[in-house]
Amino acid sequence: MNTIEKNLFDIRYMDTLASKNTSLHRLDPRAKLITTLMFIAMVVSLGKYEISRMIPFIIYPMVMIISAELPFLYLLKKMILVAPFAILIGIFNPLMDTTPLVHLGSVSITGGWISFFSIMMRFSLTVSAALILISMTGFNGVCMALEKMGVPQPFVVQLMFLYRYLFVLIEEGAKMLRARSLRSFDSKGLGFKYFISLLGQLLLQTLDRAQRIHLAMCCRGFDGHIPINRPMKFGYKEIRFVLIWSFIFILTRSYNLPVKIGEIIAGIL
Amino acid sequence: MSHHIVQADNLNYTYPDGTIGINNISFKITHGESVALVGANGAGKSTLLLHLNGCLISTQGEISIGDYPLNKKNIKAVRRSVGMVFQNPDDQLFMPTVFDDVAFGPINLGLPENQVEQRVTHALETVGATHLINRPPYKLSGGEKRAVAIATILACSPDILVMDEPSSNLDPLSRRRLIKLLKSFEHTKIIATHDLDMALDVCQRTIVLHKGKITADGPTISIFNDEELLARSGLEKPLGMQECPICKKNNPKNQILFYNKKPR
Repeated sequence: MNTIEKNLFDIRYMDTLASKNTSLHRLDPRAKLITTLMFIAMVVSLGKYEISRMIPFIIYPMVMIISAELPFLYLLKKMILVAPFAILIGIFNPLMDTTPLVHLGSVSITGGWISFFSIMMRFSLTVSAALILISMTGFNGVCMALEKMGVPQPFVVQLMFLYRYLFVLIEEGAKMLRARSLRSFDSKGLGFKYFISLLGQLLLQTLDRAQRIHLAMCCRGFDGHIPINRPMKFGYKEIRFVLIWSFIFILTRSYNLPVKIGEIIAGIL
Repeated sequence: MSHHIVQADNLNYTYPDGTIGINNISFKITHGESVALVGANGAGKSTLLLHLNGCLISTQGEISIGDYPLNKKNIKAVRRSVGMVFQNPDDQLFMPTVFDDVAFGPINLGLPENQVEQRVTHALETVGATHLINRPPYKLSGGEKRAVAIATILACSPDILVMDEPSSNLDPLSRRRLIKLLKSFEHTKIIATHDLDMALDVCQRTIVLHKGKITADGPTISIFNDEELLARSGLEKPLGMQECPICKKNNPKNQILFYNKKPR
């Protein structure tokens, strides 16, 4: 099995996770979506040197992973997969910003390194929150929540189609790659040039398929509107979930909890 | 009811790139008939099927569903009465779950919610796929996908069923199940297929296409007995009517069965 197919099965695994039946899974998707957005907004709004204030935010992904019974290692692997993007954004900070900010004995740490770590922290927190949201709710659940919350339907439908046909596209691409590797016998199989025509082929196939899907939709009375409405209930449990977590987020955002706790402990001593 | 009549008069279609799809095709299919559309690859079967509910509009000639010629004005009504099952179920199943997919047609028809649910359960029961109702389509096996694709059409309760290669890519048992299912439908059926044995089982009438033209139109059994005609159209006798490859004898039971088969 090549890596593309492996990743495909990996994405499907998220849907399997979403079909679990814990109290968190049963919550209305909107509640989880609002909480996640709130979490991301709070984390992102912190200043670039405020690493210590980000640490308490770890509590949200940790509580979610434990109570929704999600596999920590799997989520970690998914995060590492996208980590290079964040590293690329932050890697030049240590070179540009060389003013020393913190002194640990004789070692001084520059502002560049601190802001680099803060980018990495922010990345880990926000990406893990998004991954957790999808593993608890399922991609389609998130889409339906978006629609209920008033996001224009064309956007939502685009997302749903993207998710539905992502699998078909990957499968088609994987088949092509397999056909190529079977006839290239350990050599590089015409190299990069080949990939251009392969991509072109894939694009043409996709266009053809899009046309066939459109026909299939027209045959069943499609008139520009896709029915994805589902009865959802935003009840007491959902309100409690959103309120408690929002309270915690605002608290951690407004006060530097590690410092406060340190002061309290120092005061007692 | 005359809704179920399909009539083509001198139908012609040329693709935008100049390839001739179908050429001077005329036929009339009446209520409750079950017709196989056979022909070699590229004979124009799929092109013809796409005309039956206005997916393609002929460059010349016309097609009538019921009493009216198909045109842009009545295309919606026609699509309501002609249900089309595509060759590749992946093209047909585009919604996130099987339920949504089967409900897509009925909702677009404007049915109230409880009737939509009824239709969905009934359609899924008919094809034996009730247990798949909450699964996402991409996780189904080939046979399951095909069953659900048929259910999506049945849920719209069409008068005429049009199918493109319904038995392709199915394992023998699923294929047999499909044949039973097709036989149980009372709709007018038009089935394009390479599976001549299935055609023999399901359809009393066969239309043979070759290079976009009709080369024969008649009772299935007499057409499949005409070896010269089949060879000319790039086909061969269905396996069930060929001699046994080991004992080199015609199966006498088969012969009697085929020749005495009364059209229903």
